[in-house]
Amino acid sequence: MCAANSPVAGRDGLAVLDAEEIRRALTRIAHEILERTHGGDEVILLGIPTRGVPLAYRLADRIAEFEKVVVPCGSLDVTMHRDDLRLHPARALGRTELPPEGVDGKTVVLVDDVLYSGRTVRAALDALNDLGRPRAVQLAVLVDRGHRELPIRADYVGKNLPTSQREVVRVLLAEVDGQDAVMIGEEEGQS
Amino acid sequence: MKRHLISAADLSRADALLILDTAEELAQLADRPIKKLPTLRGRTVVNLFYEDSTRTRISFEAAAKRLSADVINFSAKGSSVGKGESLKDTALTLEAMGADAVVIRHPASGAAHRLAGWVKGSVLNAGDGTHEHPTQALLDAFTIRRRLMGGPRRGPQGGRGGLGGTVSPQNRGGLGGASPRANTALDGLRVTIVGDVLHSRVARSNVLLLSTLGAEVTLAAPPTLLPLAVSSWPCAVSYDLDSELPKSDVVMMLRVQQERMNAAYFPSVREYSRRYGLDAARMARLPDHAIVMHPGPMNRGVEIAAEVADSSRSTIVEQVANGVTTRMAVLYLLLGGTEFPAVTQ
Repeated sequence: MCAANSPVAGRDGLAVLDAEEIRRALTRIAHEILERTHGGDEVILLGIPTRGVPLAYRLADRIAEFEKVVVPCGSLDVTMHRDDLRLHPARALGRTELPPEGVDGKTVVLVDDVLYSGRTVRAALDALNDLGRPRAVQLAVLVDRGHRELPIRADYVGKNLPTSQREVVRVLLAEVDGQDAVMIGEEEGQS
Repeated sequence: MKRHLISAADLSRADALLILDTAEELAQLADRPIKKLPTLRGRTVVNLFYEDSTRTRISFEAAAKRLSADVINFSAKGSSVGKGESLKDTALTLEAMGADAVVIRHPASGAAHRLAGWVKGSVLNAGDGTHEHPTQALLDAFTIRRRLMGGPRRGPQGGRGGLGGTVSPQNRGGLGGASPRANTALDGLRVTIVGDVLHSRVARSNVLLLSTLGAEVTLAAPPTLLPLAVSSWPCAVSYDLDSELPKSDVVMMLRVQQERMNAAYFPSVREYSRRYGLDAARMARLPDHAIVMHPGPMNRGVEIAAEVADSSRSTIVEQVANGVTTRMAVLYLLLGGTEFPAVTQ
């Protein structure tokens, strides 16, 4: 990783959100979830690996802090449901971990770091379909960078980030990368 | 990872761990209402079986079907093999039908290797003569890891990419308390493989794979049932089972393969059973945590006593269940990606 704690322009490009801004965005999303779901009743947060998972746990922590309600939290791996599997070598699977009560009849909030083509979310909807029948499914993302290829939208957005398709958006989180930041950079080669 | 799985020696430590970790995630599928994934939709897996098998064939079939692949079962009985068709011609027929993977069991050692030179798809060795049976070794390693390396987990993604730390403590460990951390190998475990090593493809694959994963393997068998070149295998050899038992974490009993025995390898079945059979008295000499494995089918009363096979230390039924998950992992990693996958880490 590059710098110790403050993101810098450089290899990863330009920092568009720093740790404080990410914290404020998540705080707002947590409030919005509470508002939209009538106090977090029957809500389950499912993070999409890798970086959606720590985001889901952070949101659950905020919600517990604000309203003293414990929102069950888990992870949903979508690898086996992706539509681009054959374009890459087979990849290692992430972990799917559902709260013991399952998803039936609950409001599931999917949590991911970046919303781009919408294909990951489509895969997540398929994966969820095999796990049970939620009452409703919502989507929370830290960054929405546009360029959707499917009719999918987010219910909760940390930051709308207009980008060009040639740019690369990277979300760094302390749990995975050692620091919190959202970086935007030029595409390097073919990625 | 290579395109084919012919020998356990084809797998590097990283490959083997990737397969075991993938299998660990896929094991959760057994608890779900819908035990199926769409991953291999439109791909065709042919089970080409020239030798009798229940467990392995059904296991591969279930694994492929759970990944939504189309499965064609071919058994030599009732096919053109009876009219004298050669393995190569059969292989070319399958090729023409568009098989993406061929799972082959054959009485001749090396058949899978030959087949790999003739077909475009992936070849998975499901047992060739007395040579190898790599998926059995993988499921055995998976079973050992689950039973003995299951230790307490840190969190939802324990050990995976350094995630952990600040993740909130709620709901953790809700599922699969027994599942080991990702990337756990079998370092330092002592595995004793007992019995008919000479005719056993399971023993050869296990010696290779378990030693790759860091286990210390000892073969315990009468001298007549050990292969000539055993000194070049990465394992120790003992003729005395009783002295090996107290220091074993795993005892793997092999079937006495009477159908492959064309000479007298031991004086009588009773004498073999008395020297190398695992009965309750011998089992009592094992450490408390040790497990007893058998690849099946068992000769109860010959290499393993019924009360041992049915005891809580025995993993024989688990091994069958784990076989499906492990084979799903192998099929996914070989067929799930691009046409010519290169899964190396």
